[in-house]
Parts: sequence; structure tokens; C-alpha cells
Amino acid sequence: MLEYLIRRIFSMILTLAAISVLVFIIIQLPPGDYLSTYIAELQSQGEMVDEEKIEFLRHQYGLDRSMPEQYLTWVWGLLQGDLGYSFEYNLPVNEVVGDRLFLSMVLNFATIIFIYLMSFPIGVYSATHQYSWGDHGLTLIGFLGLATPNFLLALVLLYFANVWFGTSIGGLMDPQYLDQPWSMDKAMSVAAHLWVPVVVIGTSGTAGMIRRLRANLLDELHKQYVVTGRAKGLSPGKLLIKYPLRMALNPFIADIGNLLPQVVSGSVIVSSVMSLPTTGPMLLSALQSQDMYLAGSFLIFLALLTVVGMFVSDVLLTVLDPRIRLSGRTRA
Amino acid sequence: MSPLLDVSNLGVTFDTPSGIVRAVRDVSFQISAGSTVAVVGESGSGKSVTAQAIMGLLPRPASINSGKILFRDSSVDSADSGVVDIAKLDPRSEAFRTIRGNRISMIFQEPMTSLSPLHTIGDQISEALLLHREATPEEAKALSVDMLAKVGFPDPARAYDTYPFELSGGLRQRAMISMALVCRPSLLIADEPSTALDVTIQAQILKLIKDLQQELGMAVLMITHDLGVVANMADEVVVAYHGQVMERGSARDIFAKPEHPYLKALLKAVPHFDMKDGERLVPLREIKHEAGNLLREREMTPTDHKDDHPILSVRNVSKSYLTRSHKGLFVSASSIRPLLAVNDVSFDIKRGECLGLVGESGCGKTTLSKIIMRSVDPDCGEVVFTNDGKETDLLHLNDHQLVPTRRKIQYIFQDPFSSLNPRMTVHDLLSEPLVIHGIGDVTYRREFVQELMNLVGLDPRWLNRYPHSFSGGQRQRVGIARSLALKPELVLCDEPVSALDVSVQAQILNLLKDLQSDLGLTYLFISHNLAVVDYIADRIAVMCAGQIVEVAAREDLFRNPMHPYTQALVSAVPYPDPDHPLNFDALVEGQASAPARWPQPFGPRQDVPTPLLDSGGGHLIRAHEVPVNSGGAS
Repeated sequence: MLEYLIRRIFSMILTLAAISVLVFIIIQLPPGDYLSTYIAELQSQGEMVDEEKIEFLRHQYGLDRSMPEQYLTWVWGLLQGDLGYSFEYNLPVNEVVGDRLFLSMVLNFATIIFIYLMSFPIGVYSATHQYSWGDHGLTLIGFLGLATPNFLLALVLLYFANVWFGTSIGGLMDPQYLDQPWSMDKAMSVAAHLWVPVVVIGTSGTAGMIRRLRANLLDELHKQYVVTGRAKGLSPGKLLIKYPLRMALNPFIADIGNLLPQVVSGSVIVSSVMSLPTTGPMLLSALQSQDMYLAGSFLIFLALLTVVGMFVSDVLLTVLDPRIRLSGRTRA
Repeated sequence: MSPLLDVSNLGVTFDTPSGIVRAVRDVSFQISAGSTVAVVGESGSGKSVTAQAIMGLLPRPASINSGKILFRDSSVDSADSGVVDIAKLDPRSEAFRTIRGNRISMIFQEPMTSLSPLHTIGDQISEALLLHREATPEEAKALSVDMLAKVGFPDPARAYDTYPFELSGGLRQRAMISMALVCRPSLLIADEPSTALDVTIQAQILKLIKDLQQELGMAVLMITHDLGVVANMADEVVVAYHGQVMERGSARDIFAKPEHPYLKALLKAVPHFDMKDGERLVPLREIKHEAGNLLREREMTPTDHKDDHPILSVRNVSKSYLTRSHKGLFVSASSIRPLLAVNDVSFDIKRGECLGLVGESGCGKTTLSKIIMRSVDPDCGEVVFTNDGKETDLLHLNDHQLVPTRRKIQYIFQDPFSSLNPRMTVHDLLSEPLVIHGIGDVTYRREFVQELMNLVGLDPRWLNRYPHSFSGGQRQRVGIARSLALKPELVLCDEPVSALDVSVQAQILNLLKDLQSDLGLTYLFISHNLAVVDYIADRIAVMCAGQIVEVAAREDLFRNPMHPYTQALVSAVPYPDPDHPLNFDALVEGQASAPARWPQPFGPRQDVPTPLLDSGGGHLIRAHEVPVNSGGAS
């Protein structure tokens, strides 16, 4: 087991290194750099560009050095926790991202919890009452949720909240708390605003999860070992939880690897529509303006979360499923 | 005294989209305490549904629509109040749950799937105790370990913490039995408890059920299609057909003078060792088939005059797999060294004969057939195929050179359900080999395919149907027709009848026999069913642990088995005759298939591989010297 863990961690590091190279190259691929974009913008507005100042900036940011050099500087900084400097915001990346990262995590964790809380009872009910009226009704609602684009739902909610309640539900807090230090009131305001994006983002996830859970559970419910459990005299509820539900969970644990990066980067469009102060829109604009350290930091962070997520789900599966744990002891 | 279980006029219906199906009609029988009743029938006879009704395990669309199931609960003392009508109870009710798993319990056919893979054996066994006995976890564990010891686990305390997938099939079924019996039920329902097991393991499990039945004083309701098992286990027999009881009575009467034509026919359809030479099985529904002209016009090598040159000659073939090293106690391959699936196997198949290959699951017989088909590459050895006087070593052909030989060797698979592509019509399935090898044009193929259908007794009008609209036996015939499409010389049949009902099995066996003589085919017939091999084969090779341990002519082998493994196999086959019971006492405990347990001169000796010796008359036997008292012990 220990050997397996070490091997896994080692391969994770290799993967991350490879990703960092790719990320760096891809960001640099479009012709020019942040400064040339910046100059073009200034010139289009008819402003004079001081060649010397440009040269100074280029040297300042290290843009005049070779790609490998730039890469190594960047990676060396990353390892020390220095994410670099955002050209667009004129601030260190750490400071630009700070609050946004936290808020995105709050939002997306809330969404995931919402999805689980909603979809598990409904999925289990749907599977155990297959083809009943309840199942059909919930399935219909689920399909509606799947089929409605999130941003559309967001727009509809924004509109009606304004028309009916006269309130703006955009953002994650009342405007007065923006850029204020954290306080009890600010937290309450966030909580009050949070539910709308959570519902908007969570609907399709919930619908998808219900369908998958229902399908998984239906497969398991017809297995022979369930009959064995019934033959033993177990009550239906106990039986369901101990055997088929436990078996049906495996795909969800395996899914954690995909969930983690979503927590940070998911819901870009909805965030834009609802002007949520999350990381999604920021990543988008950083990529557009070739703000390379900001974009690079985001992408590396996402890669890290993906790799760690995969690792966590693999280890959890090994712990929870004896078939993987015991028959995996191979090639000694 | 009233019987333990009294089923009277039971009717079960299935509410299906295509209407109401009466799966069980007017079924009545009694089980008295401590006795064994067997319900026999083919698939679809309603025998399993009856068992499910008694257990309250009917699937959702099914319901009991008439009759009573009176169960006298022996745990209640008073003579009358202990009787419950199970048919009236709601299967989900508390009252039913206290009976299920407690007073009546059940074991199932598939020991592989009947246990949850995520929970330890001990967890699943003690669960029943915690439910019904209000035992503390410690007591439950103690009782469970006790039970595991009773069913013959070598190290019960350790077995308690193992997971089902760490155990062999036989041990899993033992675990299943201990789970069913841990609450000491007064009735055990066994639904095909030994069907999925090898013959020696089957005998052990049957013995175990019998022993425990005596020890615990319980009654057993045995659901099976195997008349041999019935004859050995049952006091009374109920014969079911299409949901109705055809005949019932004591086992002795039933076998001695079967009354109902169905039962008589069933008995005639089962191959057994006492058949006379040339005696044919009589299937319940005979199929008519004819070989047409196109099939007969083959490049006629004179198959009639039997040249002595074998059509296939397998020489010193070995194949090893790297096994995973387990630290678990019960996994058979506990070694880290490579497992020899096929170990230095040599044999010949003469032109026009049927060579039977017998062995238990995991003995390497299927690997061997795959090596001959070149779908598995062996580590060493050669396989020489002789056709038109030309010898070719199959193992040294490359993919391109192999193509012409493929036409000469074809394969019939075990599972008629998964071996036919469900998205192809029968016409496409049968003409595909012709298309692949570019034989004939469209009109020729159409005519030929129709002829193939006639050959296996299927209506050519069904050519546009898809496999799912055929029964298992019909599908297997499609598979046979497909394998004959290229007019092969040699056909490898890998367990072609083991997935079929006995009556259908007789059909297919007769068909294969007829085709062999009509078309001059040569068969390698692989099976674990000794009686089937005995019926169809001319010579039989017995395989064990990757080696061939005995080869002899059909008449000789099972009448006069010399090798201890063959003897164990033969003695474990249940006869459909109550006067010929299994000798449970002589059963080899543990594994008869472990070479280390064979007595000398059969067992392995240090550094010397055991040779295959000729004891005379072509009766080959793997031993260090030919045993003196050859002939006798059986």
C-alpha cells in the first residue's frame, strides 16, 4: 500500500510538471505578449507610447528573456508560493485572486452539497419506485432541469426577482459590503445571496445525478445478493442501505476527481450573467488579455486540484471496496 | 401430525405487458419435518417461482392468486396456533420477515453472485443472527464461526473475515449454506445449489446438505433439473412442467415406475453411464434435419478410408499465466511462480473420431482449445494439423498464412446467448464466414445458408429473424450451423450443451452425432459433464491441473478408471437411480484435483515429471509405473 502511494505521488508530480510546461507554452502561443496587447490598446486610443518605458517594463517583467528562462522563473516562484504578477491588475496574483478564490469555493461547495442533498433521496426513491407516478414525475422535472441552460434560468430568476421583489439578486453580497473586511453582517449577506446561484448552478447537476444514481441503483437492485439479503429477512430499508446503495456509490466516489476542479472553475457563464465575484470570469479575461501569470496560476491550480482529486478518489475507492484493495495486490 | 409445509392449489401469475402469464397453476405438495422433497423440471417449469412464493421473494410483476401455503412453525409449541398461511402474508410485513431467514431460509444457484462482494462473509452470516436472535455482536460472531466450522471451513475464525471473492466457488457455496442455516431453520429451500459447481464439489456440497439436515433436523426443499441429484437426495419428488405438477410420489416409486409420459421422456433424454452401445437419447422434441447437396460437395479427401495419420496432433504444449500472489488463505494459487494452465500436453485426434476432453473448471481445457484455435499463444510446443496429406504446424503460421486453415477448424461456443451478435440477423450470422473468406456470390450464399438451416433443423423462413427471438437450443443450433458454414474438417466444441436444459441437450447431442457421421467431421468435444462426454465421444482424455492424466477409449475409461482423479470424478457423478446412490463416505475430502494428494505411483516425485504410460490397448495413464491392480477400484 505504501509503495503504491509513493508511486502515485511520484507520478502526480511528473504529471503536474508536464502540465505546467504545456500551460506555459499554450499561453505564450498567440503572437505577442501582454505588453504588445497593451500597446495596441493604447495606440488605438490615440495615446503616445514611450518606447523607453516599454523597454523598461519588458525588462521589468522579464519578457525579454528566453522562454525556458521565463518558465523556470515562473515555476521557481510557484514552488515558493509566489504566483507572479498580474499585468492587468498591477498587483501580485495572490492579492488579485484572494477573496475570489474563497468565494468561488464557498459557492461551489454549497452547490455540491445542494446537489447531493437533493439528488440522493430523489434518486433512491426513483429507483425503488421504478415506473411509479412519483418516478415519472420526478424524472420529468429532472429532464427539465437537464434541458434548461443554466444562464437562462439565471436570467429568468434575475428578471422575476427584480419585477416581483424589486431586489437585485446579482452578486454574492450587498454592494455595501464589497471590499469591506469580513464581518458577521457580511457573512450573513453572502448567505442570503448564495442560494440563488446555488439553485441555478445546481439544477442541472442535480438532474444528472438523479439519473445516474437511479440507473446505478436499478442495476444493483436486480442483483442476486439483494435477493439473498431479502431471503435473510432484512427489512427493505436496511437492506437497501447496506447492500445496493453501498455498491451504487462507487461511481460517485470515482467522480470526486472531476468535482474538485469544478469547485473552482465551474459556472463561468452563470457567474458572468449574475456578476458573481468568482474566479471563472477572471480566468476568462486573463486568457483574453494574455495576462500570463494570472492565467497560468489558475490553470496550474486547476490541474493540481484534478490530480489531487483523482488521487483522493482512488485512495477512497481502495479503502471502501475490498475487491480493489485485496485483488489489487499484484505484481509483487 | 400436520406436515411442516403444506402447499395446496398454489397459483402464481405474472402481470406482463403482453398479458397475464400463469407461471404456476394448481400446485400442491407437502413437506414433513426433516424430510427432503425435490421439485424437478426444466427451465420455465415454474419450480423456482414456487420456491420464491414460499419465501415471499416473488419479483414485482408476480403475485399469488390462489391457494395456500401453510407453514407450521415449530418454534411455537401449541399444535394449532403455530400454523401460518404464508400466501396470505404481505411479503414486506414484519410477520413475514420473522419467518424468512429464520424459520425458512434459502440458498441459491450462483455462489459467485449471491454474496455481497463488499462485505465479509462473517458480516453477512452474523447479520441473520443479529436480526432474528437478538444476539450481541460477540455471540453472533461466536455462533457464526461455529457454523463456518460445521460447513467445513478449515480455519473458520479466519474465514469470518474474508471476502467472498477470495474464496473458490465451492467454499462460497459453503459460506452461503452456513448463512442460511445459522438461525437453525426448520425448512431449507435449495434452488439448484450444486448446478454451478464441478462434479466433485457438487458431491461434497450435497453430502454437506445431507449431513447438516440430519444434525439440525430440518426439512429440505430441493429445486433442481438434475435427476441424478434428485435420486441421491430426495425422499419425495414433484415433477413440474409448464407450471403444473405432472407427477409426485416417493423417489423410489418415481424412478422405478414413472407414470407420466413427461417424466418417462425426461428420463430417456438424460445420458447416463449404463447406456448400451449405439443407444440413442430420445429428446422430448425430436428435430428433423437434412444435409443438402451444397454441403456434401466438399473437396472430398477420402475420409472414409481411415488413414492412421491423425488430423490434429498436439505435442508438448504448455502455457503459463502469471498469477497474482495472494496472502489470503483460501486462494488456490498461493504461489508466486507462474501458474501452468496447460502443462506439457500431447494428444492426437484421429480423422473422423470424436475425442472427449473432460476436466473441472480451471483445469486448462478451454485454454487448450484456444491454443488450437490460435487465439491464445502457448509458451512452447507444436500443434500439427494434417489436411490433404499436408502437415502444417499451426503455431508457426503468421496471421496471413492462418487464413486458409481457419476454414478447416471451427469452434462451437458454450453460451448460445453471448456468442451470437444480437444485431445481426441469422442470415447475416450464417453468411458472414462465407463473406469473410470470399466464397460464392450472393445467390450461392443465400442458397447455402438455407441449406445450413435445414441441416440443423431450423426453418429457413426464420433467416431474417434476430437471435433474441430464438430459444437457447435454437440459438445453439444457429451457432452450430455457423461453424459448419465453411465446411470444416475439425470442429472444437467447448461445452456446447452445458447451458441448455436436459431435453434440449439431448437434441443437440443427437444433432452433433448425426452431423458427424453425415459430414465426416472430427470433433474435439470439451465438457465437464462425464455422462455427456461418455455419450458422444469415441475416446476420452481426462485433464487435471493442466495435465492430461488419462486417455482411453470410451468403453474403457469410465468402466475401468485407473487414475485416482478419474476415479474421483466417476464416483462423484450422481446417477438418476435411487438404487445406485453416491458413495458419500468415499468422497475425497478437499480437492481431488490436487496432484500432491494423489497416492504413488500417481503423485509427483521430486524432479521427475510424471510420464504418460500405456497400460495396454491405448489406455494411457499418467503415473510413474503402471499400477499392478489396474482395473477394479472404481
